[in-house]
Amino acid sequence: MAEQLDPMLSLRGLTRRFGGLTAVDVIDLDLAKGELISIIGPNGAGKTTLFNLVTGLDRPDAGAVSFEGQDITGLSPERLAAEGIARTFQLGRVFGNLSVMDNVLIGAHTRLRAVKPAVPVIGPLLEMGLALLRPASVRAEEERLREEVKAILARFGERLLPRIDQPAYSLSYANRRRVEIARALALKPRLLLLDEPTAGMNPTETAEMQGLVAELKVEGLTILLIEHKLEMVMRLSDRVIVMDEGRKIAEGPGEAVRNDPKVIEAYLGHGLTTEQESAA
Amino acid sequence: MSSWLDYTINGLIVGNVYALVAVGLALIFGVSRLINFAQGSIYLVGAYIGWVAVVQLHTPLPLTILVVAVAAALVGLIIERFGLRPLQNSVRIAPLLATIGISFVLDQLVMLTFSPNPRALPSQLPDVRFQVGNGTIGPLDLLIAGVGITSALLLFVFLRYSKLGWAVRATAQDRDAAMQMGVDVNRVNQAVFGIAAALGGVSGMLVGMYYNQIDTAMSLQATLKGVVAEVVGGAGNVPGAVIGSLLLGLVESYGVAVFGTSYRNLFAFLLLVVVLVLRPNGLFASARQAPPEPLTGTFIAPSRPVRIPRWALLVAAGGFAILPLFPVSFYVLQTLINAWLLGMLALSLTLVAGTIGQVSLGHAALLAIGAYTSALLSLTLSVPVGLAIIGGGLMSAALGTLLISPSFRLRGHYVSIATLAIGEIVSLVILNWESVTRGPIGISGIPPLSLFGYDLISPTSIYWFSLAVMVVLALLQARLLGSHLGRSFRAIRDDDIAARAYGLSLNRYKSLAFIFGGFAAGVSGGIAAHLYSYINHETFNTQQSILALTVVILGGLGNVVGAIVGSVALVGLPEVFRLAAEYRILIYGIVLLLLVRFRPQGLLGTI
Repeated sequence: MAEQLDPMLSLRGLTRRFGGLTAVDVIDLDLAKGELISIIGPNGAGKTTLFNLVTGLDRPDAGAVSFEGQDITGLSPERLAAEGIARTFQLGRVFGNLSVMDNVLIGAHTRLRAVKPAVPVIGPLLEMGLALLRPASVRAEEERLREEVKAILARFGERLLPRIDQPAYSLSYANRRRVEIARALALKPRLLLLDEPTAGMNPTETAEMQGLVAELKVEGLTILLIEHKLEMVMRLSDRVIVMDEGRKIAEGPGEAVRNDPKVIEAYLGHGLTTEQESAA
Repeated sequence: MSSWLDYTINGLIVGNVYALVAVGLALIFGVSRLINFAQGSIYLVGAYIGWVAVVQLHTPLPLTILVVAVAAALVGLIIERFGLRPLQNSVRIAPLLATIGISFVLDQLVMLTFSPNPRALPSQLPDVRFQVGNGTIGPLDLLIAGVGITSALLLFVFLRYSKLGWAVRATAQDRDAAMQMGVDVNRVNQAVFGIAAALGGVSGMLVGMYYNQIDTAMSLQATLKGVVAEVVGGAGNVPGAVIGSLLLGLVESYGVAVFGTSYRNLFAFLLLVVVLVLRPNGLFASARQAPPEPLTGTFIAPSRPVRIPRWALLVAAGGFAILPLFPVSFYVLQTLINAWLLGMLALSLTLVAGTIGQVSLGHAALLAIGAYTSALLSLTLSVPVGLAIIGGGLMSAALGTLLISPSFRLRGHYVSIATLAIGEIVSLVILNWESVTRGPIGISGIPPLSLFGYDLISPTSIYWFSLAVMVVLALLQARLLGSHLGRSFRAIRDDDIAARAYGLSLNRYKSLAFIFGGFAAGVSGGIAAHLYSYINHETFNTQQSILALTVVILGGLGNVVGAIVGSVALVGLPEVFRLAAEYRILIYGIVLLLLVRFRPQGLLGTI
């Protein structure tokens, strides 16, 4: 396939062990620009650990991650955010005491320029000085970002805009998930990792979220999605990867994967197929 | 001249005593992820109960040990039942603060009952020494070793073979799973607090006998040493705590052998900081693990801050500004000057502990750095006082940030331990670095406050000066909080993992918070030095750190106006009620406890 010659994200032999458990076991993956790949698999299959390895929150024991041709294995999450990788978290990690506006503004942190001069050593002190003095350039940047945040929040209809000044802890569960996604979009990501964006949402809310992800895909955003709701996975994904016990047990277009006996077995229980697995 | 063997024996014996404290801390940390700052107070209570038993009731030694163990265990049970159990579902920081409050209350109660003067605690054992190689060992050494080994064995049997012991271990491994399997977590907590308190109490008694002296200052020292040993061994790891204690005993003993007694604690705290920085999970830590994903706002209490209209603040500031024009007494002005100085410290701490969530327990060290810098600049280099105070602020900002920076990757309670240790290190360096700080003698004859060549000696001028400085610092801080830095700091506090995933460097922003906060605290210390004209290594102590923390919690974490309101309240109210000085700290402890229990978000709310 042509797109695999120049993947945006590429994982090679990625492995992470916790004591005796291998949470991620020699995973290879190529994600082309503009592609949407879903990762599915039973709970504990290692999907979130894989996300942590890609976003720098955890370091692999073996293997490599490269992003746009650069080796990014083991880089800090701060660096990776600056490279344009944004993610949401499975159980939700909004900043509870910050308003919706401030939560999403944090998403735009890596895009601050006027208030964060790229000067070595004294850069942080200049940042504090500029934050206190607030010259016109800093004020303009802040104003521009606030307008952008409002535009992002508008994508969620009337869900978040009326609550823009409310602290995140006061929001409903579904709205917190939306704030997470809004925060990720504020980073203007080149690669977006969504960890179960519809967890805990009812069918209406799920359909809304599915619509939004579809829009993002049409806009050309490259997306890695962890999702349990197969309906949504089948509709959105260019390819689906199935993980079980840390390993990739199937990969391909949605329909093919859905009918793969190994996948059915991973979801329904383990039987006598260890030989098949080792042969595969 | 004692032999190395003597130092080794001494180190192991002292280590044994630390182990009795540290094992209790490890048990408690294991089941409730809490560092019990009241452990030293139980140790103190144990020492005084031992004194009552030996000196007043003339009990024989075995009975003394039993009485102390039972009485201390009772204190532990009371603390668990009334101090901590009500906080089970509150924010993570609440139990830690509660144990600090309990520790202050217990220490003060002991002090009020027995007076702060040291007492002799005879060991009731024959005063003989047995020759061992080229060292000697006494019966008390053997008793301590015996008690240590016996309690270790009892504990081992309890944890391994009793049903309650299994429950304790299960709870320590996975509290939720244990609860689902029907383990009564309250009973487990009770058991653990009872055992920890009994061990701690006996330990205090033995130490009193070992040095034949007990006094109320023992409490904080014991907490610190126990915490050091526990963290070195790995928080929550019971055998690790024993090994950590013996290691700490030896390090101290050899340190004393080489450098002298005044370096004992310095070695203990350096060991702690080295372990915290290099192996934050202890020497025997298991594999690195990402912390579980939190729900929202679990570290501090979520609240909607009380919005005070701008005109009301202006009226209040104006009122305080014109106060000296009215016929008020010198006493009122003096009290308010103290409140303004404490206010600057509280502004600093509310930024560090409240806004960015690094609950510092050693904040008085920043006062000390500022005070010494300003005093020495003006005395030895004849720098004008106004500039010297700014110099003190800058030095506090720089040095304070530098000292705390290795701890930036620590989280939660560990930050509190690290700051407490660093605060002690600063005080000990001041004590020992005689060529610069004049050591235990302190610095006297510090020139009075002056500004542009005019001396500020009248209470009115000092009042205006300190009020003005505090208001300027408060305005700057409010402006900082309104900038992108304010939200960045608060994001790091609420969830540092998510903050990092969005590009916020923890080192960068924690440094900025400490630089800003360090400056305010240093300025406060500098002004204080010129007001007092004499300072020494004890002028700025842990009590002030805790007082500042109480102020910050009273006002509302991160709340600028709250920090000032809290300062005026805590400095002013005892004066209004004419409370004797010895009751004040007791009151502060009770205020802290009540706040944590009933209004954790403070008067004006967390920002």
